[in-house]
Amino acid sequence: MAQSQALTRLAVRTKIQEIRWHRYEGYLFVAPLIIGIVAFIFLPIAASLYMSFNKWDMVSPPELVGLKNYARLVSRDRLFWKVLGNTFKYAGWIIVPSVIFPLILAALLDRPIRMRYLYRLAFFLPLVTSVVAVGLMFRWLYDGEFGLINYTLSWVGIDGPNWLSDPFWAMPAVAMVTVWQGLGYNMVLYLAGLQGIPDHLHEAATIDGAGPFSRFFRITIPLLTPTMFFILVMSVIGTFQTFGLIYVMTQGGPINSTNVYIYYLWQMAFGSSKMGYASAMAWILAMVIFTITMIQVRLARLWVHY
Amino acid sequence: MRAARVERVASSRQQQFIANTVTHILLIVLGLAALAPFWWMISTSFKTEFEAFQIPPTWLPLEPTLEAYGDLFLNQPFGIFLYNSVKIAVLGVGGQLITSSLAAFAFARLDFPGKNVLFIIVLSTMMVPYAVTVIPLYIVMHRVGWVNTHLPLIVPAMLSSAYGTFLLRQFMFSLPIELEDAARIDGCSSFGIYRRIALPLMKPALATLGVFSFMASWNNFFGPFIFLDRKHLFTVQLGVALVQRQWYTSWPRLMAGSVVVTLPVLLVFLLLQRYFVRGISLTGIKG
Repeated sequence: MAQSQALTRLAVRTKIQEIRWHRYEGYLFVAPLIIGIVAFIFLPIAASLYMSFNKWDMVSPPELVGLKNYARLVSRDRLFWKVLGNTFKYAGWIIVPSVIFPLILAALLDRPIRMRYLYRLAFFLPLVTSVVAVGLMFRWLYDGEFGLINYTLSWVGIDGPNWLSDPFWAMPAVAMVTVWQGLGYNMVLYLAGLQGIPDHLHEAATIDGAGPFSRFFRITIPLLTPTMFFILVMSVIGTFQTFGLIYVMTQGGPINSTNVYIYYLWQMAFGSSKMGYASAMAWILAMVIFTITMIQVRLARLWVHY
Repeated sequence: MRAARVERVASSRQQQFIANTVTHILLIVLGLAALAPFWWMISTSFKTEFEAFQIPPTWLPLEPTLEAYGDLFLNQPFGIFLYNSVKIAVLGVGGQLITSSLAAFAFARLDFPGKNVLFIIVLSTMMVPYAVTVIPLYIVMHRVGWVNTHLPLIVPAMLSSAYGTFLLRQFMFSLPIELEDAARIDGCSSFGIYRRIALPLMKPALATLGVFSFMASWNNFFGPFIFLDRKHLFTVQLGVALVQRQWYTSWPRLMAGSVVVTLPVLLVFLLLQRYFVRGISLTGIKG
């Protein structure tokens, strides 16, 4: 009797131990990911914050300077403000076309038409092409003398500018490349959004006598506002992280007219070895992105129908 | 009455026809706008330097030549660049598929203290701009002697994909749990369930993640640009940028380089495109 009781107790204890072990088993599965995230994201974030309070050229030891880097950026670095302005200008050129063109595409492709598959494919190609290839392609197309764009314009009697070396035209020219590249991606987002609109809404409106246009503007567009919102936020954030396209197409020129945030940050960090200064720039960028996202989330309440 | 109906059907068919024609015309125009630059890239890459600057431009090369390609592979080590890109992409993507599927399985199916907090922390890393982490990463990699090796491009990619974990976890939730319960009752360990049940069922999502990560790795410019400055370590993207630095306006060479960096990723895309589209609409986030 006593013996069997002891046996039961033993069994229960091993079971409990087993359960305890199971409770922590999940850690083993997530361990590689968590180690990677701590090592390659969290520690660098902490280091970056600390570095932003230091003056450091990677040769002499870092020198703690408090908020001086930030103060200098904001109050004395004219180029910093220009670059920030350029980045907003860049976003400004991108936003409207990258919300509208993909919407038109998606609306056209949402109907059961022939060769839909081929059309979709065509709009995906720019998306899977690297910024280096895209940048070179468009540098060639935009060429002032021998470029295809100016050649085409000459058919209708327009004498096109030397796009990429014109301080006014360089930025919109680069921005249009970004729009072109994002067409397919934003189109898919819209197509997914369109599929989420129940058919009966359109049917009901048709019965009430609504034509295709009023259905598009009164039903489709309001129900797509969440998608538009997402595209808006992602496009703006994307402009703040552009580097490769600028490097390949304009190197920030002419006279810094296409020098955008990350490009300038790179020049500071890896061109002038101002590691602390560049880190402060990175933190300002993080705050700007966070603020823009928050403002957009707020504004979204006014116009997005969830 | 009947005639009126026939007429109405006919007119609605006519409307349909007009609508379809207009749609096709619009799509063809927009499609050409999307594809013309590619045509121009390919066509130029087969031209001689002389013909590239001809006005009016020729749509098809009059005397097609492989000169530009020959230059890339014979005078420049484009074979090595391609090898480097493939190596970095394959190792990085392979590692990422393993670590993120393990973590996704745990977050979706196992229960452990702090699980939700941990998951939110993982997710929050997706919002951190690369600019914030790249400078300290560079300094650390410099200290441990990893600058001018491929390790800074492979190891972080293998171990820290929050995006992959998120995508696979979402997918796991759509899988039936009954099989796994049955296996557990039969005494299968958690790892056994992951290995024998979850992983095979996750294949479509793994393919999606694989396609995205491969493209992201292949097309990455900033990372290799920061960490590599020895020519024999360059990826194709850096290789093409190098060609641009040497011959700023040798368009056939530059376009041939663009074709070479685009072709592999295009092949992967054409073979696996259904996974690609699903990936975008599944999460609304690009890798």
